[in-house]
Amino acid sequence: MSQIHLELTKVGIEFPTPKGPFCALRDVDLKIKKGEFVSLIGHSGCGKSTVLNIVAGLYQATTGGVVLNGREVNEPGPERAVVFQNHSLLPWLTAYENVELGVKRVFKGKKTKAEMRDWIEHNLELVHMTHAMHKRPDEISGGMKQRVGIARALAMEPQVLLMDEPFGALDALTRAHLQDSLMEIQNELGNTVIMITHDVDEAVLLSDRIVMMTNGPAATVGEILEVTLPRPRNRLELADNAGYNGYRSAVLRFLHEKQKKVEPIAAKRADKHREQDTPAQAKSVA
Amino acid sequence: MSNKLATLKFEQLKEIKWRELIIGVSMPMIGLLVFLALWHSVAPNIKTSLGEFPQPKQVFAQWGNLVDEYQSEQDRATQFYERQEKRNAELLAKDPAAKVDTREFSGRPTFFDKIKTSLITVLSGFLVATIIAIPIGIMIGLSQTLYSAINPLIQLFKPVSPLAWLPLVTIVVSAVYVSDSPAFSKSYIISLFTVSLCSLWPTMINTAVGVAGVSKDLINVSRVLRLGWFTHVVKIVLPSAIPMMFTGLRISLGIAWMVLIAAEMLSQNPGLGKFVWDEFQNGSSESLSRICLAILVIGLIGFLLDRAILMLQTYVNWDKSAVVR
Repeated sequence: MSQIHLELTKVGIEFPTPKGPFCALRDVDLKIKKGEFVSLIGHSGCGKSTVLNIVAGLYQATTGGVVLNGREVNEPGPERAVVFQNHSLLPWLTAYENVELGVKRVFKGKKTKAEMRDWIEHNLELVHMTHAMHKRPDEISGGMKQRVGIARALAMEPQVLLMDEPFGALDALTRAHLQDSLMEIQNELGNTVIMITHDVDEAVLLSDRIVMMTNGPAATVGEILEVTLPRPRNRLELADNAGYNGYRSAVLRFLHEKQKKVEPIAAKRADKHREQDTPAQAKSVA
Repeated sequence: MSNKLATLKFEQLKEIKWRELIIGVSMPMIGLLVFLALWHSVAPNIKTSLGEFPQPKQVFAQWGNLVDEYQSEQDRATQFYERQEKRNAELLAKDPAAKVDTREFSGRPTFFDKIKTSLITVLSGFLVATIIAIPIGIMIGLSQTLYSAINPLIQLFKPVSPLAWLPLVTIVVSAVYVSDSPAFSKSYIISLFTVSLCSLWPTMINTAVGVAGVSKDLINVSRVLRLGWFTHVVKIVLPSAIPMMFTGLRISLGIAWMVLIAAEMLSQNPGLGKFVWDEFQNGSSESLSRICLAILVIGLIGFLLDRAILMLQTYVNWDKSAVVR
């Protein structure tokens, strides 16, 4: 359990823009153990998704690199399955067929047709979607779509599960429900998970570690918070737990004091007058 | 109370339904009647070398004449075959080893034969165009490099009139398609290729645009799953490009049908185009009515072809709830 599984070393990325290269990330270092649940939290536009996309192989790091099980990551692959923010199911396929697409790709030649069918159904069962297996995405609710998205990712038996704000577009009740499902599944399968979130409660509830990112440009890892709450965790019991609230306020303090995004408007105006041409500076790493 | 409200609502809904139905049926009828009335009153004032411009009733009377012509040709054909059979039977009765030959009846193609020829020609031309346009459209939609290479050619040839292509196609087909017993007539081949050349562009461009417009998220899904090229195209690219592809196909078929009439006039392919041309050359007192009738039939068939493509789209499209119009 304790060996380093996924390692990001000095990861930086620059995007070309008409005004010259824009440095989105700089020197992101992160070591993740097998079976660990890590959340990335930070303000919008701080490059959380970029980190995830680099690990997924959808983007290429300009500097540094990602190593998974001793091998460098330089292209996307099913061993790093992604759960996309807007589910990204193929609208012309049913829930079953959407999961099947990945399963066929990964287990071709390794599983028989019947085994594949069992496996697909098993994964849809994990996310409690067996009842709507043969419905198309436009026939099911947002939460259900996201469940299918998770089933699709899990069914590929990924070494790392990458989740890009998986519950961001859902209402609070559905979100809580899916968080519980996710904890249950992770407890059972022991996947390594990297999840991006905006939600402080979600981060504390689900994670073993919370990686807090500084604001961009040239964003990087600000602080890392180890969450040692015992598992299985229960949201109701944790609500009054002093430890839980301590973690919460630590994350909140980071986001709203150290990495304050929104300045009071009056101060901003004054600032603008003072340093008209100086571009916004990246805040220093805490 | 609530029951009363519900009935009231139901009554109202029924009324609205009725009103919609009445408007939906009556308005097109009124439009049509106004058009016919205008035509009826204006036509006698147009004096041509072939007499007065025909009124609707004269045009529709031609329909009867054309049906009669068709009937008499059918009868002639039956009589011909009966005679031939009888003659052959007599010959064989005299001498069992006699050589008998059976000939095809070669009557004049009637109006309905010409409609059939036109439909076959336009559909085969459209099919050839589609077979060329869709694969190329997919390729240039997938690859920006290929697109840059082929786009200038598309833009160059797209606006060329069928009348400009026709002499070229005629000469090339005459030179290349040489056979002692041709399976297809030259005029058919010429019309077919002219139709293809003019109608393949909209399908090609729209397919390319549809393919290039696949959502980035879905492409990322395909990359994460590491789908092979073929699966990627079949499972992700084509379904998302279908609406655009069908827009292209509809425009193409519309163009194909328009081009066909012109091509048939010049290449003498025995279809509706030749029918119009022959009546124009013929210059009898009936010619104008017959041309008018042909125009109405051409329009009606064009409309039905468009509907057929729409039905095909509804059948092929994964999204059955999509509104097609």
